[in-house]
Amino acid sequence: MGRLLEVNNLQTQFFTQDGVVQAVNDISFYLDEGETLGIVGESGSGKSVGVMSLIRLIPIPPGKIVGGEVIFDGQNLVKMTDNEIRSVRGNRIGMIFQDPMTSLNPVLTIGRQIMEALELHMGMDKTQSRKRTVELLEKVGISGAADQVDRYPHQFSGGMRQRVMIAMGLSCNPQLLIADEPTTALDVTIQAQIVELVQKLQEDLGMAVIWITHDLGVVAGIADRIIVMYAGQTMEEAPVRELFAKSRHPYTHGLIASLPRLDQRSGKLESIEGLPPDLVDLPKGCPFYARCKYRIPKCDKQRPKLDEISPGHYVACHIDINKDSITTEHPWEEDKE
Amino acid sequence: MAKEKEKDVLLHVENLKMYFPITKGIIFQKHVGDVKAADDLTFDIYRGETLGLVGESGCGKSTTGRAILQLYTPTAGKVIFRDADGDRDLAQTSGETLRRLRRQIQMIFQDPYASLNPRMTVGSIVSEPLEVHNIDNSAKRLKRVRELLNIVGLNPYFINRYPHEFSGGQRQRIGIARALALNPDFIVCDEPISALDVSIQAQVINLLEDLQDKFGLTYLFIAHDLSVVRHISDRIAVMYLGKIVELTESDELYANPLHPYTEALLSAVPIPDPAIEKKRQRIILEGDVPSPANPPQGCNFSTRCPKFIEGKCDTKDPAFQEVQPGHWVACYLYEGVHK
Repeated sequence: MGRLLEVNNLQTQFFTQDGVVQAVNDISFYLDEGETLGIVGESGSGKSVGVMSLIRLIPIPPGKIVGGEVIFDGQNLVKMTDNEIRSVRGNRIGMIFQDPMTSLNPVLTIGRQIMEALELHMGMDKTQSRKRTVELLEKVGISGAADQVDRYPHQFSGGMRQRVMIAMGLSCNPQLLIADEPTTALDVTIQAQIVELVQKLQEDLGMAVIWITHDLGVVAGIADRIIVMYAGQTMEEAPVRELFAKSRHPYTHGLIASLPRLDQRSGKLESIEGLPPDLVDLPKGCPFYARCKYRIPKCDKQRPKLDEISPGHYVACHIDINKDSITTEHPWEEDKE
Repeated sequence: MAKEKEKDVLLHVENLKMYFPITKGIIFQKHVGDVKAADDLTFDIYRGETLGLVGESGCGKSTTGRAILQLYTPTAGKVIFRDADGDRDLAQTSGETLRRLRRQIQMIFQDPYASLNPRMTVGSIVSEPLEVHNIDNSAKRLKRVRELLNIVGLNPYFINRYPHEFSGGQRQRIGIARALALNPDFIVCDEPISALDVSIQAQVINLLEDLQDKFGLTYLFIAHDLSVVRHISDRIAVMYLGKIVELTESDELYANPLHPYTEALLSAVPIPDPAIEKKRQRIILEGDVPSPANPPQGCNFSTRCPKFIEGKCDTKDPAFQEVQPGHWVACYLYEGVHK
């Protein structure tokens, strides 16, 4: 498998009245062809902004990519002109967004919206693009596709709209599909349909997928590797099994322990006390310092680097939670005093 | 904790129906149909337990919660609330009597951003129930508010701040403090954690559990996330398109789901463990939930059911019956099976 995407030291900031929001703070990762990468984080962790920066979909101003490079198939996307990036976006990199209702244009038929990309990128004429659109809708499991192309988004249910979005994302046979919380707005039974659909399409078409989510459960079943983000930085990166079995970062560890599980009767949930830091005023040291049970004085002064602790497993933490003991039982309360 | 509890019924719901009329015309509004958001529900809630109510969006779970609290006037049915003063049918009470009963039944809302008045301080939000019910003088109320903030894990120092100064999890704590102000017996929690981040969800779940132990509260916990519901509930009711299709103890529901919809729902919930996920067999349901304004003939689930029996499921509604002690299901597969 060849290397498809390489992101090096990407930094994205938003310049607002309240100060500079450091949304993405020096992240690096790679993606091989046909691979599925899960990016997990809470709201404000920079997972969406990070990936939107790859395809330059962040609003400028107030946003700006202040540093780093994104090498996609040998080309640096950050350095491209607007016209050049337009020929990549939607063509070689497809996207599915979180909320299908707000990402579809309500006054255009769904057929028109899918055909637009085909005519623009593939140079098809109306008849060709319409034929291809019907094929795509059939592929994503919309029955009676030939009649459905002329309908408007409001005539579809949430799950069906998300299928339309997927058809749109796949329209130009992308090498990479970016799925930004595609199932968050959907019910679990519909989520299962969509997850299965994307996996099947990935097998058929051999594309790589970046799946962004806040739900560790969803990526556990589909991703090859997972990146855990917090406050715009990568906390931990590991192959999926290793991450769940041997998470090393206190944040990842806490996140997994705080999930109630359907297959086990758990006692009291372990919770991560406190709140994520303000991205305008990030601490000098580790961003997780204030909430960390294992913290040591060094963590407050020096930001830990992302180190490879075993092949493919990277952690940004000064301590080893398997060796070092908990230093503060209730870090949150200590801060209050 | 829950297992040894006596089966002391706090709330008995019988044949509860909540229909919303569909009308046509502008001046002469003709009644052309109903959205049957809650259709003929019968269940009990025991004192001190947590009953989880799960289902997908639009299945009527929030409507049920609101109809119990008389935030909607139910179309038909009884909601009997039992306390030291005896049994009272909430659906038949109104005015001052209902207002007094509301001290004992409270609600925690889903969206902590929409359910707190942005122009009121935390202190006035939490003390409002006390003022409305004329409890204590202002000095005592202030003391009580400080105490409540402490109970839900907020610093009483925040009493003069406004909701926008707080994060989602903290706002939900304010909503919980408000619900606790009148020392209620029963709280309807309508998706209290679904608007919160994962690491904050566990904080709020733990808080709700602690409060239940401390004050002997009874919860109706409405949510769409089965993992959360299983964690917090003693018993679970599964709803589909306005009807309860299965009701039993939460461990039993997971170990031995009877209704085909429950099976599909359980299999669709992702488990955060890649080793298990690799081995699981998913039941993928076809299609979408039908419109509650125009439910299918017969069983509501018949259009998507993998175990559909022709000539039976599409003719008449299956009865909701107890097939094993404490395990209720509405499905023809268990017809004639008795406890």
